[in-house]
Amino acid sequence: MKKKYYLYFPLATINEPLTYQLVKEYNVKVNILKAKISPESGGELLVELEATQKNLSAALLYLAELQVRVEPAEKKIVLDKAKCINCGACTGVCFTDALYLDRDSWELQYNAEKCVACGMCINACPLRLFNFNEL
Amino acid sequence: MSIKKSYAEINEKIRAGKAVVLTAEEVVRLSAELSAEEIAERVDVVTTATFGPMCSSGAFINFGHSKPGIRMEEITLNGVPVYGGIAAVDAYIGATGEHPENKNYGGAHLIEELIQGKDLLLLAKGKGTDCYPRRQVTAIINRSNVNEMTMFNPRNAYQNYPAAINSSKETKYTYMGTLLPEFGNINYSTSGELSPLLKDPDLRTIGIGTRIFLGGAQGYVAFQGTQFCTGKAKNEHGIPVGNSATLALVGDMKKMNPKYIKAAVYEKYGVSLFVGIGVPIPILDADIARAVSKSCSEIETTICDYGKSDRPELCRVTYGQLMSGSVEINGKKIKTAPLSSLYTAREIAAELKKEIASGNFLISEPVELFAPNNSLKPLNILGD
Repeated sequence: MKKKYYLYFPLATINEPLTYQLVKEYNVKVNILKAKISPESGGELLVELEATQKNLSAALLYLAELQVRVEPAEKKIVLDKAKCINCGACTGVCFTDALYLDRDSWELQYNAEKCVACGMCINACPLRLFNFNEL
Repeated sequence: MSIKKSYAEINEKIRAGKAVVLTAEEVVRLSAELSAEEIAERVDVVTTATFGPMCSSGAFINFGHSKPGIRMEEITLNGVPVYGGIAAVDAYIGATGEHPENKNYGGAHLIEELIQGKDLLLLAKGKGTDCYPRRQVTAIINRSNVNEMTMFNPRNAYQNYPAAINSSKETKYTYMGTLLPEFGNINYSTSGELSPLLKDPDLRTIGIGTRIFLGGAQGYVAFQGTQFCTGKAKNEHGIPVGNSATLALVGDMKKMNPKYIKAAVYEKYGVSLFVGIGVPIPILDADIARAVSKSCSEIETTICDYGKSDRPELCRVTYGQLMSGSVEINGKKIKTAPLSSLYTAREIAAELKKEIASGNFLISEPVELFAPNNSLKPLNILGD
């Protein structure tokens, strides 16, 4: 199975080779989609974890023991399509290509499956039509 | 024998409902089968269009006189300062003017809301004079209770514009959108082979007095636009490769359709206005037919580096390349994205085509054409 999670880890765990352990000990395929470390709030990772149900559960337990807060990334971006003028400005900052222009109709398309909720489109949209929808 | 048509002949056909009207994209496709001479014989008018952010836009508005009257000197609409230095109850709403506390709201939003028929709060102050004794007014104004609301855009419809990239290590927030660091993306703004001034590169049919589609209404080319610069380099197809000619446009905002005028906000840059423009090009002869038939693979622009303060030119690309979704620079595939809506530009070109074909929109011969080989002056500043 494949799932996206936000991992929030305290400063004390920053030196722990977290992704290495996930791969080596738990046989989890880790795809880092977004990473942020700040001296005030510690680290934040948006990852896609792929493993068997059993290995994934064990991996999440390991993370919990390390005081890493794990939140399923169910945040999604929603677009107010009725107001969209199909300019395409959002597509330039969407690195997963969840937002793209159909090259025949030049109409904006949104593939929610590919969206990692990075939020770049929110401010790139000149009409401010994107929002987080916390499910 | 080469074909020549006059404006009067074409208008005669339009009035009779017999004019052959195509959009610029349709004529590009037709040119694969027909020569320029044949197109000039068969086609009367080609419609071009664009729907992009155009900062140099605005509107004159006349509020009407209160009793007793006021000489409005400081004016705000929904808290956005508008220019009051013209007569007693006239004002100019500049599209990029911003609300002092809310930078995501400005003149462009006022213009859009006026066209939508929404109410705006007017606050005005004056010093009080013998003829205009009142010193302060508060009023609700809208599309139906103001005397005039006339869009006057000093610089629209740029004939070409450079595409933007960012070589620096930081994200750049510009009027060309968000530019990711280290050549992360390329933004461009065009409707390509549908773009008005790219289809009449020598401005043979577009000049003062040309009737156009402006925001859903019939408008006019008032004058050459500001920063008008026809002296720019052209490619082998005779099409400028940089930002050259511009148009000053005028139109009655009371007749406009809110679909074609949209307020925009560019992150950490500010407010701008999407303006929907359609320009009909009469096919007077084969040369004009040849120019309107140029495709995106023949129209080029330059990519400029917004990561450096003097924005050096990096390379030249065709709009065909930019519109494909990526461009390769120094072996790296870089994602491209437009700022102007080709989707809506197509709707405008189609709507203008329908208006002309149904006899509701006559073409007009320019009262005067624009000067070629115009150049620009920089601003010489005093000290630093």
